[in-house]
Amino acid sequence: MALTTAEVKDLGLTTRLQLSDKEIAGLQVELNNILEYVEHMKQLDLIDVEPTAHPVDGTDGGRADVPIGSLARDMLLMNAPESRDGAFVVPQIKAPGMSDASAGGSA
Amino acid sequence: MSDSTERDLQQLPFLSAAHISTLVTSGEVSAREVATTMLQRIKDLDGDIHAFNEVTPELALAAADALDKRIADGATADELGQLAGVPVAFKDNMNQLGTHMTCSSRMLANFQSPYDATAVRRLLDANTIPLGKLNMDDLACGSSTESSATGPTYNPWNRKHVPGGSSGGSAAAVAAGMATITLGSDTGGSIRQPAAFTGTVGLKPSYGRVSRYGCAALASSLDQIGPLSHSVRDSALALSAIAGIDPLDASSLDVSVPDFAVACDHALQGTAKGMRVAIVSDVLQQDGLDPRLKAEVLTAAELLAQQGADIIEVTLPSAQYGPPAYYILGSAEASSNLARLDGVRYGHRAEDATDILDLYLRSRKEGFSPETIRRIMFGTHVLSSGNYDDYYLQAQKVRTLIKGDYAAAFKQADVLLTPSTPTLAFKFGEFADDPLAMYLSDYYTSLVNIAGIAALSLPTRLIDGLPASVQLIADHACETNLLRAATLLESSLNFDYRSVPLTKAAAVADA
Repeated sequence: MALTTAEVKDLGLTTRLQLSDKEIAGLQVELNNILEYVEHMKQLDLIDVEPTAHPVDGTDGGRADVPIGSLARDMLLMNAPESRDGAFVVPQIKAPGMSDASAGGSA
Repeated sequence: MSDSTERDLQQLPFLSAAHISTLVTSGEVSAREVATTMLQRIKDLDGDIHAFNEVTPELALAAADALDKRIADGATADELGQLAGVPVAFKDNMNQLGTHMTCSSRMLANFQSPYDATAVRRLLDANTIPLGKLNMDDLACGSSTESSATGPTYNPWNRKHVPGGSSGGSAAAVAAGMATITLGSDTGGSIRQPAAFTGTVGLKPSYGRVSRYGCAALASSLDQIGPLSHSVRDSALALSAIAGIDPLDASSLDVSVPDFAVACDHALQGTAKGMRVAIVSDVLQQDGLDPRLKAEVLTAAELLAQQGADIIEVTLPSAQYGPPAYYILGSAEASSNLARLDGVRYGHRAEDATDILDLYLRSRKEGFSPETIRRIMFGTHVLSSGNYDDYYLQAQKVRTLIKGDYAAAFKQADVLLTPSTPTLAFKFGEFADDPLAMYLSDYYTSLVNIAGIAALSLPTRLIDGLPASVQLIADHACETNLLRAATLLESSLNFDYRSVPLTKAAAVADA
């Protein structure tokens, strides 16, 4: 089913991407082309086929449950856009006057 | 410097890894001379190619000097290994201490590697000389290296054509003789497709064969690190060095790692007698396949038959559903993995954000390429409630069918032969208005990632001045079969990788 302009706009908010109306229009065409491309696969009758989530069996054993060292705090903060007192700095969660719905998005 | 040493250094860019390590460990040429020769070559050539995002002379010279000291202290060639003194470079989505890891993305333009990726560490531990970090598509989303935030890489065989992608820098660096072995990563063909476009050997190992720790994840159930090189044997040497279980990657496999180069040597001592090679007949009928590349597959089968291989035909009946399934699975996993790039802990942060949502929305939009944005949005769409069963779950079921197709084929054959790509290297901008058409470039390669098996792209000859290739495929953890067949085929083909036009220009300049 083809995506509407409103759905593409909503998808932009869900994926946390600020898109202009022009970009939304372009993406609507491109995403619908991709959906059309995968359509013939969607139509296959696979009701009795088990899904495969991972290509190889037996790769999820994990290591022994023993603590190992991790990166030092200064290494973790080395690439932070902004940090202070050993912590990441972010802007305030909600701008003054913003409603709960717009802050939370529609995800 | 003796005449023979000078000659060796001039030929260095296209010498085999074993030859270079012999020169270095015997003391005929110092590792420092290898490093300085290669760094100079990059300086001379990379302005026209742009394979490198970052060249690391300090790291290269430090590694070379450390190796020279060990040799002076009496370390033997056996102790130092066949990669000692070999110039290498890494795709820029792998962490390497002392370098940036940009993923050729504005999002990670200033990201400094906080540790070494396991595959990088293992190749460095093999006494190689690290020359730098290599260009790629933005966050590995692309098939041409055109989406790189640092600008495109050019195909050394013809600069009007792309080198493929996403590991375009890894392929072009080898093709132009600016590194002997490079590492790339392959999610749907990102090692093999650029190898095919640049006349290099590109090996995607079986899923789990090589640790993915320290490589920026695109699609975690599809990604695999592998080598690119001039020869099959050099890729085999690199694979032996980087393969094996890693406690830091729960998906790495606890299977034995044979000396893959020995498998290549054994192949050359024998024939292909007893080897079962299958042409995948139905995928050769695929629309859009250049008939000249179809002919390369048939010729390759004939060459292996002349060496004693049994040639049969098999089919992969579900192959036509593979590329759409790949696109759904790959985008879904990418949208999840790339959610971590939010401008908070690392990566690009938009200026003067008014609140956290504004920070997310603008940082991500400013940081990602249009192709990455398309994949994130498509991947999120197919994972959303109401669409999950129709797309994502359905694609996982197609994955079951494709694995079944391959399992049936490998009951009859040891190695499968297909094209690597439907076309020769395309021109810059050819798919600018039709991103979907570029996805078909991965048609023959992405099927292999879906099944998690091993495959290699091997150059065959030049067509219209551009490299042609074939793809060999082997079952999971059966790289020995793959390398044996590829070595025999390579010996029949004798692809002249030294004839890359850039080399001629450089040789004239040297003279």
